[in-house]
Amino acid sequence: MFRPRPDARPATIEVLVDGTPVLVPAGASAAAAVLLAGLPAIRETPVSGSPRLPLCMMGVCFDCLAEIDGVANRQACMVPVAPGMRIARQHGARAARP
Amino acid sequence: MTARDAIVVGGGLVGAAIAHGLRGQGLDTVLLDEGDVAFRASRGNFGLVWVQSKGFGAPWYQQWTRGSAGEWPALAADLAARTGIDTALQQPGGVHLCLSEAEFDDRAARMARMQAEAGNHGFDHRMIRRGELDDMLPGLGPSVVGASFTPYDGHASPLALLQALHRAFTEAGGAYIPNAKVTGGSAAPHDFRVETAAGAFTAPRIVLAAGLGNADLAPVFGLNTPVRPQRGQILVTERAGTILPMPTTTIRQTGEGTIMLGDSMEEAGFDTRQAPPVMAQIAQRAALCFPWIAELNIVRAWSALRVMAPDGLPIYDQSDRFPGAFTANCHSGVTLAGAHARLLAPMIAAGALDPVLAPFTAKRFDVQTAA
Repeated sequence: MFRPRPDARPATIEVLVDGTPVLVPAGASAAAAVLLAGLPAIRETPVSGSPRLPLCMMGVCFDCLAEIDGVANRQACMVPVAPGMRIARQHGARAARP
Repeated sequence: MTARDAIVVGGGLVGAAIAHGLRGQGLDTVLLDEGDVAFRASRGNFGLVWVQSKGFGAPWYQQWTRGSAGEWPALAADLAARTGIDTALQQPGGVHLCLSEAEFDDRAARMARMQAEAGNHGFDHRMIRRGELDDMLPGLGPSVVGASFTPYDGHASPLALLQALHRAFTEAGGAYIPNAKVTGGSAAPHDFRVETAAGAFTAPRIVLAAGLGNADLAPVFGLNTPVRPQRGQILVTERAGTILPMPTTTIRQTGEGTIMLGDSMEEAGFDTRQAPPVMAQIAQRAALCFPWIAELNIVRAWSALRVMAPDGLPIYDQSDRFPGAFTANCHSGVTLAGAHARLLAPMIAAGALDPVLAPFTAKRFDVQTAA
């Protein structure tokens, strides 16, 4: 469903989306990596368990919340990729850690 | 113009609870709501069903509050059965955390005095030291030295409660009229008329439950409600998995996972703006109580105006000059919803406030004026 434009920069940065290596162009967002990885959902909402993927890609809708490098509830569309970044799925509400 | 058995002015938690209760007594009741320009304290409520700090030096208020907490399970069950709305009531008891030995000693003295004032009604409470408290609550900060606990405390969702009260009232045949700010009225014993933007209404009973609006409305109906606004601010975190087993005086986790942090008490007139210094204080105290809260993002914040009498206690009255005119004023629309719907409304329907409410009359302020 989601493909890079033919004139896109070359995919040179490797990140891990839900444990799977994905190559994305430098400067792309973590949300773009999620879409390229082809996951059915990046998270399930805390109250109803409804599945979500990145939608607005501009920091408004919060549908792309993901655990990035161990930090929960980050807006993946607002985080530029970095080599080796770990983007993990979230199931329901994040945990608070005493 | 429409004639009814009762007019309730104010569609917030106080008015809606009373209107729901009056409808339950079989009264043809109209509920007049101002509209979204109103201050809407009910929308800003923190959501505690709270007993332990209420009524210091005023044991009648402690009794009324505890009575309301006692009525809450039946109210929640009734609303759930009628509307399918879960008000998220939980009453596991609650704690007031103390962040220094001085706070702990003050709290202990306060709770002991409240027990003494309660007399034969009793006041079940315990002062809990840090060791035992660690078994009750997760990840307390190093400055928490202990807490007071009472088994009466709990919390609920203010918005779900408001929606459920409105729906139960209208589905039982009550008339809810929005955008109906009262613009004028006239009073005679058991004969009241109000004019609103949505028409005129008459009834032999009227209940003023318009929050801060009561201050201006009351004199028209032979009542006195000297209430003033007191600003409170709240911060709300993102949702987290259930971690807090009970509410504290200023921190509670909702049924859906957000953690609410309160509260401030600011004398700022009708100004509802928020400013960073108070928000920072709220966040700082929360992080001192539970350092792990600092890891959570704040996703919402708001302020609202409490409806405060000069002594901070509720005002309940029936007019001497115009019997049939009642007023209800408080800053605890959630806590007191059980009492308003199930104890106060039947009194109003019967035409007389019970003697247990006598100490809440606004006449208590007359003495100070005369002196």
